[in-house]
Order: sequence, then structure tokens, then C-alpha cells
Amino acid sequence: MPRYRSFRDLDWPLLIISLIISALGVMQIYSATHGTKWHTAWWKQIIWILIGLALMWITTSVDYHTLLGQVPILYSLSVLGLIATVAIGRVAFSGRRWISVLGFSFQISEFVKVVIILMVARYLSELKSDEVSLRDLWKLGGLVAIPVILVYYQPDLGTAITCLSVLAAGILLAGLRWQYVAGIALVCALALPVGWYLIKDYQRARFLTFRDPSLDPRGAGYQVIQSKIAIGHGGIWGAGLTKGTQTQLRFLPAAHNDLIFSGFAEEHGFVGVVVALGLYFLLLMQIVQNAQTAPDRAGMYICMGVAALLLCHLLVNVGMVAGEMPLTGIPLPLMSAGGSITMSVFVMLGLVNNVRLRRFAS
Amino acid sequence: MPPVEPERRQSQEMTPSRLFKDDTRFALGRIAVFQYLSVAVFLILIGGFWVLQIRDREFNSELADRNRIKTVPLLAPRGKILDRDGRIIVDNHSAFEFRISRETLKPEHIAAIANGLNMTPEEIRTPLARAESRHIPKYFPVLIKQELTPSELAFVESHNDRDTFPEMELVSSQSRLYPQSGLAAHVIGYVGEVSDQELNTTEFAKYSQGDKVGKEGLERQYNDLLMGIDGQRQVEVDSLGRERTKMKSQEATPGQNLQLTLDLDLQAVAELSMEGRRGAVVALDPRTGEVLAMVSRPAFDPNLFTRRISKSDWKELTDNPDNPLMNRAIQAQFAPGSTFKPIVSIAGLETGMLDPANTVYCPGSATFYGHTFKCDEVHGTVDLHHAIVHSCDVYFFTVGNRMGIERIAEYAQLAGIGKKTGIDLPNEKEGLMPSPKWKLRAQREKWYAGETISVAIGQGAVMVTPIQLASVLGGLVSGGIWYKPHLVKNARIDPPRHADFHPENVATVVSGMCGVVNEGGTGASAAIPGLEICGKTGTAQRISNELAKSNKALALAMRDNGWFVGFAPRENPEIVVVALWEGGGKGAFSAPIVRDVIKAYFDKKARQARPGPTQLSLFAEPSSH
Repeated sequence: MPRYRSFRDLDWPLLIISLIISALGVMQIYSATHGTKWHTAWWKQIIWILIGLALMWITTSVDYHTLLGQVPILYSLSVLGLIATVAIGRVAFSGRRWISVLGFSFQISEFVKVVIILMVARYLSELKSDEVSLRDLWKLGGLVAIPVILVYYQPDLGTAITCLSVLAAGILLAGLRWQYVAGIALVCALALPVGWYLIKDYQRARFLTFRDPSLDPRGAGYQVIQSKIAIGHGGIWGAGLTKGTQTQLRFLPAAHNDLIFSGFAEEHGFVGVVVALGLYFLLLMQIVQNAQTAPDRAGMYICMGVAALLLCHLLVNVGMVAGEMPLTGIPLPLMSAGGSITMSVFVMLGLVNNVRLRRFAS
Repeated sequence: MPPVEPERRQSQEMTPSRLFKDDTRFALGRIAVFQYLSVAVFLILIGGFWVLQIRDREFNSELADRNRIKTVPLLAPRGKILDRDGRIIVDNHSAFEFRISRETLKPEHIAAIANGLNMTPEEIRTPLARAESRHIPKYFPVLIKQELTPSELAFVESHNDRDTFPEMELVSSQSRLYPQSGLAAHVIGYVGEVSDQELNTTEFAKYSQGDKVGKEGLERQYNDLLMGIDGQRQVEVDSLGRERTKMKSQEATPGQNLQLTLDLDLQAVAELSMEGRRGAVVALDPRTGEVLAMVSRPAFDPNLFTRRISKSDWKELTDNPDNPLMNRAIQAQFAPGSTFKPIVSIAGLETGMLDPANTVYCPGSATFYGHTFKCDEVHGTVDLHHAIVHSCDVYFFTVGNRMGIERIAEYAQLAGIGKKTGIDLPNEKEGLMPSPKWKLRAQREKWYAGETISVAIGQGAVMVTPIQLASVLGGLVSGGIWYKPHLVKNARIDPPRHADFHPENVATVVSGMCGVVNEGGTGASAAIPGLEICGKTGTAQRISNELAKSNKALALAMRDNGWFVGFAPRENPEIVVVALWEGGGKGAFSAPIVRDVIKAYFDKKARQARPGPTQLSLFAEPSSH
């Protein structure tokens, strides 16, 4: 019997936490861009958030099983979209990541992430076994690899990595024989250092830069150095909103996009960083809780896919800002300015709510 | 957050072989692992911030406040420009330029710096403000002055220390060194700092403030090839301005050298023969379209532009009524005068409207449509050959009147009049071939038959540029095959345009042009014994006879232009030369200019065919040869 669903049943803590983080983002975008040619970015971001909320509500209202039924179509559309992006996409930052629709530039790869979450969930929930066979591993890996390789060649290494995290989380949850895990780990462990130690220090940096030129338009390392100086300059309490010299004097490149957290850290200090990361942690745990209460495997995989993707995003972006991870140009979900990423994150939160609303379904 | 016990539900799915439950219980342990993993990730991230913001706070704050990363540009030298034999036409020389880092600029220093560099404070503030409005990063030093003089260099070096003038940056650069006295100045053009207006155009949008780009001529046409890519060096400097660590350097990629089709020997002869005159000389190889020499006079000194040109120098150039900045070889549009007659002749022969044996009686003038048109002299009975040799206007009035404007225009356009030749230089002019259609469109008037009479002798509205005339006639006398004129050697040669002229018709016209020089015709002064130079004079009026009579002063200022087009040898010509002497008075006066260039060409050819120890050449061959 279908149950009545209403606003009351939404995951309100999840929604409130995400809106608080979004508000911090808008504030930081304003601070990083006022007086520059991007000074309109903050109110544009508010509009994107409102559109994101509408998309979230729409995503919530369609039963996720219906969505899973549409995966073949969605998947085909994403692959075609990615090919179109590579073929005709607007060249921005010397990478072809954007495609223009009705005068807006969209980053197809952001929506591909959602499709990959749904596809992995559907594939794994149809396995009907508590273990992934080698055959299924190959098949699912291949299905994920096609869009990921297209994204990688845009080139957008960061987004490609986050998509792989969904796959990794999915198969590890679905159950993989420890021999396979060990095998994959061994192959990776052998392949990486062989290539990695053959090349020189600066070549390693250049390799990453080369794969994704948008990372580093003014010389490798410049962004990381400036980002670390900005963060350090913030100290415990921070320089105060719009008072960060590194951010305000434009030492910090892309201070409202990929490096927004660096500016945030300069202006709000270690305390601000702990608060913001704490909010992200709560958000993540709220999503995980929805996975635990999901009515079926498909719902669980969807929630965990979203959680894994967000965790990977945080690790790569915040880790990059703090110099703990190599430079890969991906935005910080909910904080970085940008329509595509904001809409796609809210669609993902809509999927989580979707699963939650149907947790008592029979 | 503790794991919440999930709602369980029994799966309806049963498989015959085994029971399968669609619940999530199996994964609870793994989800818990994910939670622990998340905690670990967040701890690592926060740990990173702890290190930067608390443990190393002093160090980072110091970096942020005092120790800046300095970016020193490494400027790429532009490619050299060489002549067809590899001799250097445009070279570079070492220079220093002065830049200011906005990051460390103390505004009160501007006046002192301006004083030391012989500039006004405004001249320093303007580029700084431009950099600000163009969002150039503060750490990137802004170009203030190029090519410092020794005294300016001494000023900068004695003040350039971190404590007193931290904003000063001295950057070594390679500056352009152009030939003296304006040799080939218009062809080569010049470089200069890209201006704001240019940055807003599509051609220059890819450059940034402070870039030195080609502004005119080949420097502009092949800027991307010549320019190279600047590198940069990043250094971390301490509070004393000492470079503490070298962080990263990106070497500059020098621009590519550009080898031209120009021959410095011919160019020099042509330049000298135009000295003190106003006009242009173009020498082409009609077999390939290679431009062997291109001169425009009066010329300017491109070296004036390599540092910022002074206001007075610029004013002098732009206010000069002779317009020295104009490349007359491709931009001067004048009536071709009688040099147009070979085109009318080929049109008449090809259409069958003109029988070379038929004669016309020239009494010194002729009346058409109630208007009397004058000839230079009384030629008596002339056929086509003699009409070309002695440039009889009455003959061509008669022929043109019989043919009509449409046929003349068709063949003139076929040969290339009224169209850009497509030479690889910016801002070429297209000339004009009038026709009834053109007149209706441009002036909304119908064509008068009397106008055809003027056009038949290259007057009226018909206009050509020197390069166009060289290309048109060079192709015509080669049998109707036109190669696109070009200046860069080893460039891909576009397939030529063809016209299927009858060889005997071409031979008839060429024979006439041969007579012009060798049978005591109007161009007899171009003759060289032993060389079969052919050609055609053109004396083109710039004002009407009536006006000239009534206004003597104007008549003197607007003296007739003298054209001469010459080529050699008669069969399969190797070189065609056009000389335009503005106000030269008579086409015959331009003939020696053409003769000298053609002579230089064949002298050099003979020299190269006969290998000897002494090579008489104005310019030394490169030692590598």
C-alpha cells in the first residue's frame, strides 16, 4: 500500500545542514569576488541553489525504482552528452568541459555522476547474491569506464576520480572476495610506482598539470603555494570576512571556485574550518543513516553512492587546498560557485530523500 | 552517529535454486567501515589545517606578509627575418626593460622613479591603471619602459634594492633591430606594445598587456610565428630581496625565423633608385608569385617604434602629407594609364574585336560622343604593334569604343584588376575596375559610353595598386597564369589562376611591349644591350586637362604619375618589375628604375652561374654558405 508522503517526511536535518553549508558558500563567494569582474557570482549562486531545491523536490517525488528503470536511457544520454561535449563543447580553461544549452553553459560530467550512482545501484541490486563475481566486476567496471574515460579526456581528472569512487564503494559494499580485492590492490600497487618512479619530480607535477591544464595556468605549484599561504595566514580565528589579504589581493586564483575553501580558511581560521568540515561530516552521516534504513538494496546503494561521491569530492578538493592531495580541478560541493555542480548535488540529495520517503514501503 | 537498525522486509523474490532476501542487513558492517573511513578522512583533513593554521602559523603568516613570491618574466626573443639567401634583414639586440611590481609598489615612489627614467609620473600611472582594469595579477610586474638608456639603467641598478625601492624590476629583453634608412620598412612593418584598442579586437585578443606584437607588415602578418612564448621564473625572495629559493622556471620559447622571398640586392637597388621620390617599386617572379623586391617611398625608420615612439616623432610621421607610413606598393591606388593598354589589347584579340593588322589613323586627337579626346602626338597610320610601341591613345579610343566597357571589364577582372592579389601583408587595397554594374551600385548612375573611351587608355575610374599591376601584367605576359604574390620563402604556393589566352595573341601583345623598349618606343630608356627587356609606360593624369590649364599651382602639385612595368626575358619571363613614381611627370621617367632592378637581377644570376672568388654584392653572404 503506497504511503502518504509529505514535506514532513523529508530529511529535515539533511536539508538544513546542506542549506547552512550553501549559505557559507554564498558568503565566501561574495567575499572572494566583490570588486572583481565576477562580482555577480554570489546572487547567481543563490539562484542556482533555489533551482537546486526545486530539482531536489522533483527528484524526491518520483519513486527511485522508476528512476532505476530508466537507467539505460539516462546512461545512453550521458554518454552521448559527453561525446557531444568533447566534440563541440565550448573550450573553457583549455579543457572541453562545458556545453551550451539555451545560452547557459552546462558541465555534462556533473550530471553523469548522478547517472553513474543510479546505474551502479541498479546493477548491484539486481545481482541477487551477496558477492560480486569476477564477470560482474568486469561488466560493471566496463559500464562505468566508458563515461569515466570520456570525462578523463575532457580532460577532467578530478571528476573522473570521483566517479570511480562510486564504483569502488558499490562493489566493496556488495561484497568482493578478498582475493579479488587483494588482486586489484596488488595490480594498482605494482603499476603505480613503476610509472611514478620512472619520471622525475617536476615531471610528476607536470603530468598532472598536463592531463588537466585548467589546474595550473600560471606555472605548476603556484596555486598550491598561494593556497597554503592563505590558509596559514588565517590562523586560529581567521582574518575576518572580506579581510583575508591573500584572497582579497587576488593572490589566490579561482578563489570562488575550486579554491573557495582556501579563502574560507583564511577569513574564518581554523575554527571556521572545523565548523565547516563538521557540518560536512554531519551531512555525510545523515546520508549514511538513510542508507542504513533503506527499504531495499537499491535504495541502500543509491545513498551510499551519494555518500561515497561526496566524501571523495571533499577529500580531493579540501585535501588539494591544504596541499595534502595533488592538484585536480574539482569544485567543493555546496560551496563552490557554479550552476552544474550545485544542481547535481541537490539532485543527489533529492535521491537520498527519495529513498528515505519510501523506507516504510512494503 | 550510531547505526540505526533498519526496517527489515521480506523479499518476495524467490528463485527455485535458493532463497534470496532483498534486505540491507548484509552490508551493515561494511557501512560501518565506511563511517570509520569518513572519520579518518575528516581527521586527516583537519590535521592538515591544524598544521598550516596552528603549528606553522608564524611561518605562513610571514610568507603572506613579507616574503612574496616574485615572478620574473623571461622574454622570448622574436624570430629573425632573413632574405631569400639567408642574409639577416631584421635582427635582435640585447636590451633592458623596466617593470614595476604592483604588489610591492609604494605610490609615493612614482614621482622619483619617473624622474630617474625621464618620464612623467602619468606615463607610469597609466600602464599600472591599465593592468589593474585588465585583472592582471598583482604579482606580475607591469612593463613601464623598454630599451633603457645607459643612464636610466644606472639609475635603476643603483636604486633597485628590496628595502628602498621594492617595486623595481629589471628584465633583460631582446629588442628589434631594423635596417637603417627605412630599407624594406613597409614590407617588414614594426613591433610595438599591444594597445588597449587592439586587445579588444579578435586579431590581438590572445595577447596580454605588455606583449610586444607586430603592428604592421610582415611583423604583424606572421606575428604568431615570430613571437615565441615568454617564460617565467618564480623565486621566493626574503625581506632583503635575496632570492631564497628558486621555485620553478619555465624557459622562454624563441620565435621562429622567417625567410623571405625578397632579395636584398634587388631591394637595395630599388630603394636607391627611388631615393628622394614618392612612389613604389615591386619586383615579382611571375613563375611563382615570389616578391623579389618591394619598396615604398617615402619610408620611415621602424627603429623608432621598438621603444615607445615619442609623441613628436609620431606626429611628424602622421602629419607628413606624403604619408610615409603608407605602403604604396599595396595601398596606393592610381589610374594605370597606358600600362592598361596590354589588357585592352588582349581583351580585343581574345574576343576577336581587334585585328592586329587593321590600322587606325591618328591625327593627334579624336572625337567621340561630342567630346574631343587628345593624343600625345600625331601618330599617323598605326596598327596594334605600333599603337603599343608609341602608346597611341587614338588607336585605343577607337578599339575601346568598338569593344564596349563590358568586354574590357571582363578581361581586366579576369587578369585581377579590382581584386586584392592576396599577398601576405595586412591592409592590401583592391583597386577598381569600373563597369556599368559597378557604377549603378556605387553612384546610382548609368554608364556613359564616353567613359569607356577614358577607361580604354587606363584613365577614368580604373585604379590599380603597384603589386596588382605587377601581378596582372606578369601573369598576362606569361600566357595567362597568375600566381598569388607572396613574401615568405618555402611557403605553400597556392594553385595559380589560369586564363586560356591564345599563345599567338599573348605573343602579339608581348611583341608590342618589346617594341616599347627596343624599337625606340616610349620606354626606350629601359633598354639594356644583350637583354630583351619588354615593358610599357603609363602616364596617368590625376586631374583633368581643363583644370590643369586653369590652375597652374594645382597642376604642379598634381603632376602626372609615371608608371613603368617591365619584364624579361621576352619568353617565359623570370622577373616583372613595376615602378610608380608619383608626380614623376611621365611614364618614361620611371623606365630606368625598372631597368636597374632587372639589370641587378640578371647580373646576379650571371654572377652565380660563374663561380668566382669575388662576389660583388651590396650585402655580405652569410659565412655558412
